Amino acid sequence: MAPPKIELKSVMKRFGSKVVLDGIDLGVQPGESLVIIGGSGTGKSVTLKCILGLIHPERGSIKVDGLEVTRLSSGAREKVNRKFGMLFQGSALFDSLPVWENVAFALIQGHGLGRAEAKQIALQKLAKVGLSKDVGELSPSELSGGMQKRVGLARAIAADPEIIFFDEPTTGLDPIMADVINELIVKTVKDMGVTTLSITHDMISARKIADKIAMLYKGKIIWAGRKEDIDKSGNEFVDQFIHGRAEGPIKMEIVR
Amino acid sequence: MNPFALIGRFTIAFLSEIGRLAEFAADALPSIITPPIYLRLTGEQMMRIGYYSLPVVGLTAFFTGGALALQIFIGGDRYGAESFVPQIVVLGITRELGPVMAGLMVAGRVSAAIAAELGTMRVTEQIDALVTLSTNPFKYLVAPRLVAAVITMPLLVAVADIIGVFGGWVVGTQSLGFNSSVYLKNTADFVTNSDVISGLWKAAAFGFIIALMGCYHGYHSKGGAQGVGGATTNAVVSAAILILATNYVMTSLLFSR
Repeated sequence: MAPPKIELKSVMKRFGSKVVLDGIDLGVQPGESLVIIGGSGTGKSVTLKCILGLIHPERGSIKVDGLEVTRLSSGAREKVNRKFGMLFQGSALFDSLPVWENVAFALIQGHGLGRAEAKQIALQKLAKVGLSKDVGELSPSELSGGMQKRVGLARAIAADPEIIFFDEPTTGLDPIMADVINELIVKTVKDMGVTTLSITHDMISARKIADKIAMLYKGKIIWAGRKEDIDKSGNEFVDQFIHGRAEGPIKMEIVR
Repeated sequence: MNPFALIGRFTIAFLSEIGRLAEFAADALPSIITPPIYLRLTGEQMMRIGYYSLPVVGLTAFFTGGALALQIFIGGDRYGAESFVPQIVVLGITRELGPVMAGLMVAGRVSAAIAAELGTMRVTEQIDALVTLSTNPFKYLVAPRLVAAVITMPLLVAVADIIGVFGGWVVGTQSLGFNSSVYLKNTADFVTNSDVISGLWKAAAFGFIIALMGCYHGYHSKGGAQGVGGATTNAVVSAAILILATNYVMTSLLFSR
């Protein structure tokens, strides 16, 4: 088997006295799409941010292409981050820049392309996510949530990354737009042959974009396997989550 | 609540804030001189911090110069020293009031704007997005603002000095009965290079404080709209206090004999 593209070993992170990640072990193979599912506040976002170097874990190892990335200098970090693209939950578009410059950002700033050339590529990427040239001239605040997501996707794929992260790609969208985004993710990922790591609590989305699924609960991976196997996992936590039941081993902290 | 525990908690919180700020400044300063340097962004910030602050700084300087002239005339009258209005106005404006008033006004305008902008970028994950696009937020966001503020504040204060003296001259000639050419001659004969230059040094230091406080509080803001609001307030208040404290220290250093 090829060495994993991303490998996490016993990653620990706490905020104050609250343990968020309690020893995460995870591997993503090249070209694979892994989706991490789990409830709100189980540490899904923190996991992604640890891999990106936005948050530093207290303990454990994170390797990208075999390179340990937990203690990198900022220059080496920038180099590693060129392999990544990320679609943020709230899209996180730069509102001071027009749409095309958002998409072209990594090309202009990171790769030193000229603005005219970068704009051409940006418009191609926008077309890839089904947005016309005219949208490129708009400001991000003029777009609907679904369009912002698509621009975010175009920005994430603009510099042809090897690895793409999707943070709750369908949250806040209507079911049809959610499916459009799911389709786009599957299509772009297949086209580009990239490795992806997504986090979501939307099971429809997870089933659509995943090759493998891992479930995070209380800072630990409690189940991982192929998406076909998730319905017969035999894990009552997983069963409760994928069927969305209030009753079960996962107790919501609600005062009744 | 145990009063000793309260003092201890306050002291630790205060010291750790200073530590975080020093760490932030230590990260920010090298980012100014190491490439990539974003000249276009620095230019944009110079417009926003410097040029667009001209009206408010000019008005402040004008009325401060005018009020200063009135006060010196009325106060000096007790000792028969009312004829020293031009000299004291130019000294007060260039050495103290020009840089301090401009610093406080720009702190209100610019520290708040920087903190609100960076704070919003923080809570909407735009700063995280910069990192994922292989762009160092310190170089892209913090360095241009620091450089722009340090360069434009002395220019702003130079303008404020001139307008402040002009304010004093208007009041002196229009309502205090000074002869215009005598007023200007007394001003020009009395003021020295070091009076003006000391004020410009202060201005550069205040510019650094203004941008640093805006960036620091914005960069570390959290928790949505309320967090950004808090960051904005903290940026303005801490910039204003630091400007006044730094002004005292610099006055005592620059003019010690």
